[in-house]
Amino acid sequence: MTISTQLFEGKLIRLGPIDHDKDPDVISKWTHDPEYLRMLSLEPARPLSPAQVKKKLEKIEKAVEEEKNTFYFTIRRQSVESEENDRLVGFARFYWIEWNHGVGRLQLGIGDPRDRGLGYGTETLSMLLRYGFEELNLFAVRASIQEYNSIAMKLFTQFGFIEEARQREAILRDGRRWDLLHVGILRNEWEART
Amino acid sequence: MNAALFTGKQVRLTAENPQVMGEAFSRWDRDSEFFRLLDNDPQALYSRKKITDWLEKDIEKTENDSFFFSIRTLDQDQLIGFIAIWDIQWSHGSSWVSIGLGEREFWGKGFGTDAMRLILNYAFNELNLYRVTLFVFGYNERAIRSYQKAGFQIEGRFRQGIQRGGKRWDVILMGVLRSDWEAEI
Repeated sequence: MTISTQLFEGKLIRLGPIDHDKDPDVISKWTHDPEYLRMLSLEPARPLSPAQVKKKLEKIEKAVEEEKNTFYFTIRRQSVESEENDRLVGFARFYWIEWNHGVGRLQLGIGDPRDRGLGYGTETLSMLLRYGFEELNLFAVRASIQEYNSIAMKLFTQFGFIEEARQREAILRDGRRWDLLHVGILRNEWEART
Repeated sequence: MNAALFTGKQVRLTAENPQVMGEAFSRWDRDSEFFRLLDNDPQALYSRKKITDWLEKDIEKTENDSFFFSIRTLDQDQLIGFIAIWDIQWSHGSSWVSIGLGEREFWGKGFGTDAMRLILNYAFNELNLYRVTLFVFGYNERAIRSYQKAGFQIEGRFRQGIQRGGKRWDVILMGVLRSDWEAEI
């Protein structure tokens, strides 16, 4: 690896900044899909208007700038077709980074069901891990996954994440309790695989 | 109806003026061992004024997702620490708890366990929560034993999640469900 490497360019997708003019409309649509919200958050599902999304994105960018323990990316299509190129398909973030212990948490989401299962999430996670270990120089990367999100569990396992903890019955959905799973990968485990 | 929500066998839970807790915290925080058992933030030392300001602000904006108590001994009425239920997710009945005993001579004598039993009773019988969660560092064996006595189970280990003095330790996740706690008492 050289220092002139490209961290944000993949084959199918690229990581980019927020587009405050165009992104809110797209993200507002995603928030009308309760399944999407339930995969990402334990908060009660609630659709957001484009104006509410815009405010939220501004707040996120302010936190990135001020708190220095969060990094936020949009996931955009990489394509030769100009219509498709740069189309917003998801988001990814590092959050709650504990610099003194070298620990960071990450999360990603692909918004439109039609964009899932196409490898965008897989490529994103591979780029995020590289960013976490080679740019942020973290020692460990962790993620929290709802027990019912088997697609995420499969994706993270595929990259070598190990289940480290299980918050028993922490989630109540449709009258049933589910565990909240915590997975993690250490620097040496990631290096051994790349 | 058991109304003794705030009185245990060795301690009681109280509300104190911000000045009182500000003075106590600014003194306790100068004990690095105390702070390293309590938190994994890089420690800074803050003035009594600054801490009091934070506490005042917190009390003003007291939202319905956290409940903070001070801990006093029953026999001498001495202020020895704090305990708090926080980050309540009401829709799931899930929450976190933190405890700290700043006065070292009260470590390892059952005061913390007594306070934890009180706040679990409060969590399950007053707030009607379903589970309570906490983090504890691998080097804090005394606390782990105390939490187990109060009904917590180890739910996992974040491998090498904390670095102290050049050595890495696990961060341990512990939790207690209403059913664990009911079986305990």
